[in-house]
Amino acid sequence: MTQQELADKTGVTRQTIVAIENEKYFPTLELAFRIALVFNTPLEEVFSFQIEDEPKKN
Amino acid sequence: MYRREKQILVSLISTILILGFYSLFVYQKYIAGNMEIINDFKFWGKAFLILIPVTIVAQIIIHIVFFIINKIVTNEDIPMINDERDKLIELKAIRISHWVFIVGFLLSMGSQAIGMQPWVMFITLIYSGFFAAIASEIAKIYFYRKGF
Repeated sequence: MTQQELADKTGVTRQTIVAIENEKYFPTLELAFRIALVFNTPLEEVFSFQIEDEPKKN
Repeated sequence: MYRREKQILVSLISTILILGFYSLFVYQKYIAGNMEIINDFKFWGKAFLILIPVTIVAQIIIHIVFFIINKIVTNEDIPMINDERDKLIELKAIRISHWVFIVGFLLSMGSQAIGMQPWVMFITLIYSGFFAAIASEIAKIYFYRKGF
């Protein structure tokens, strides 16, 4: 699937898809679900997230 | 360069050109040889009110011409949709432009507080609006390129 096809199916511009791929933009939860639906896979298989800095404990 | 960035660049250049030509026109037609008019509030009121529709109409015409030329040269369409990332970038750019304008507004009020001529306030207001628009466009290009 091309970036443009994915963009068309999720209702965003190709530039946004490129930015997500390059980790320059974090999509909203809605867009993330839309992308996962297009690929017909669970969200966590399309996106992954790692916490770099542990929050300070009081 | 992405299509959206081209569009922003056109807005940036057209903003500069429109205010440049408008300033030149107003100076040559009204101010040159009649310097006392610059302290006339009625003159500045008209200059402000006319600048707004002139800017809107000129921007629309310039963008239509850009769409046509871009289509002919590159055979690509400018995306009409404004997705979530575009809206977020727009909001961030507006916030920056508001800050720039607020600084300009404070400077214009400051000029009156220290007893400068009224035309200084009007010029500062016009150019703070101009720099706010420029800052907004530059911020958009920055966010599109750098990401966030």
